[in-house]
Amino acid sequence: MADWDWDFTWEILPRLLAATVNTLLAAGIGYIIAMFLGLAFALAQRTPSNTLTMAVREAVEFIRSTPLVLQIFFVFYVGPEFGVVLSPWVAGMIAIGLHYAAYLSEVYRGGLENVPQGQWEAATSLNLSTARTYFRIIIPQALPPSIAGMGNYLVGIFKDTPVLSVIGVAELMQTANSIGSENYRYLEPYTMVGIIFLLISLPSAALLRSFDAWVRRKLGMN
Amino acid sequence: MEQAEDLSQYPLELTGKNVPMVRFKKVAKRYGSLTVLEHLDLDVAEGEMVTIIGPSGSGKTTVLRTLMTLERINEGVIYVDGKPLTHMEKDGKLVPASQKYLRAMRSKIGMCFQHFNLFPHMTALENCMEGPVHVLGIPRKQARERSEELLEMVGMADKRDQHPSRLSGGQQQRVAIARALAMRPKVMLFDEVTSALDPEVIGEVTNVIRRLVSDYNLTMLMVTHQMGFARDISDRVCFFYRGRIEEQAPPSELFGDPKSDRTRQFLSAVKEAV
Repeated sequence: MADWDWDFTWEILPRLLAATVNTLLAAGIGYIIAMFLGLAFALAQRTPSNTLTMAVREAVEFIRSTPLVLQIFFVFYVGPEFGVVLSPWVAGMIAIGLHYAAYLSEVYRGGLENVPQGQWEAATSLNLSTARTYFRIIIPQALPPSIAGMGNYLVGIFKDTPVLSVIGVAELMQTANSIGSENYRYLEPYTMVGIIFLLISLPSAALLRSFDAWVRRKLGMN
Repeated sequence: MEQAEDLSQYPLELTGKNVPMVRFKKVAKRYGSLTVLEHLDLDVAEGEMVTIIGPSGSGKTTVLRTLMTLERINEGVIYVDGKPLTHMEKDGKLVPASQKYLRAMRSKIGMCFQHFNLFPHMTALENCMEGPVHVLGIPRKQARERSEELLEMVGMADKRDQHPSRLSGGQQQRVAIARALAMRPKVMLFDEVTSALDPEVIGEVTNVIRRLVSDYNLTMLMVTHQMGFARDISDRVCFFYRGRIEEQAPPSELFGDPKSDRTRQFLSAVKEAV
């Protein structure tokens, strides 16, 4: 049985904290990509073009039905065979952003479909433009019911960032692996990684819940 | 495949004396094999209040929805204020209206719905100002004053900063009427505006509509199940049956001495229900 070594723990902590910044950055960038791309996916499925709707629908289904790690490998290792050479960071952000965009598009789609038909009809009867109808009438009402789902995926993307270690993105997991193999000690680095994830996930979930409540109050939806 | 209709039989615009504010010319509306409107002809004069009654599924609401361009028609042409609504002129011929043309024509028409359809994330005042500011381009201050006047007119001035969820059904419907009027339509459509209301608040909405009839020179089309109200307020009542007008007459005549058996049956069935 290995004993917990506090000296070793303090020694590796700065490196782990520096890697935490990378993990947060990866989750943040990936999520921002996913939010916008996901909205594009959701709106594309509402255009009058059947071809576009079907194509996006299939793409979303495909992404949701295959593992994230495969998609990361694919972008990073298969890309170069077609002349697309990307750094681990860029490949990782594309893959994880795309992956979560597929999930977020479903959240948005549910939210958009949740808005009663009468709201569209009222907007038409007031002659509001399509853009104004979406951004001022429909999306503000689709958002509050989507926030809980969006929050779950924000925590989800954060917890999935360790998968990026497979292509060598220097995030928390990759750093813990390096520390482990350099020192032949894995107990402390992996335990610390777990604690760091826990310390970030738990308050984030609570924060998201109060944000959800705040938005609903702000929009007079209670 | 539906055969293309010969549109050359319809005039490019209505001219001459007594051009109606609204004209349905041989309008057909189908959902698949179900025919909702069957070659409907209907004129509504400027300033006239026409009420549509009839059994459910007779196409009453569809008349209003096609006029608001919420539904496309399959055949015929609808004219508003002398110009085609569902179609537009191109190279001397009528062709189906473009989105841009529809937007221009739609500004002549306002509509109130059974379920109010107020925007829940905006206050009563914001609901009324949205269209004037962002569609008509009226300066905010001016739009605000006008909206406040209209809310005052419908007796909702003191609730202008409330969200719809804080208002009763009757109050929401009155705000919805103010919101539609704020767009300065020439034609107002009321689609069963009292059907979702508790009986004790129906009066506050019908009183507002009475006031519109007496004080404004609006052309109005109303679908309702309230026969007493229809009788009081209408210039003309149309009884719809299976997508056609079975009978139309001034209310005293239609309610007092209906010519058609179907009208008589409907009216006595409605009377029993009350």
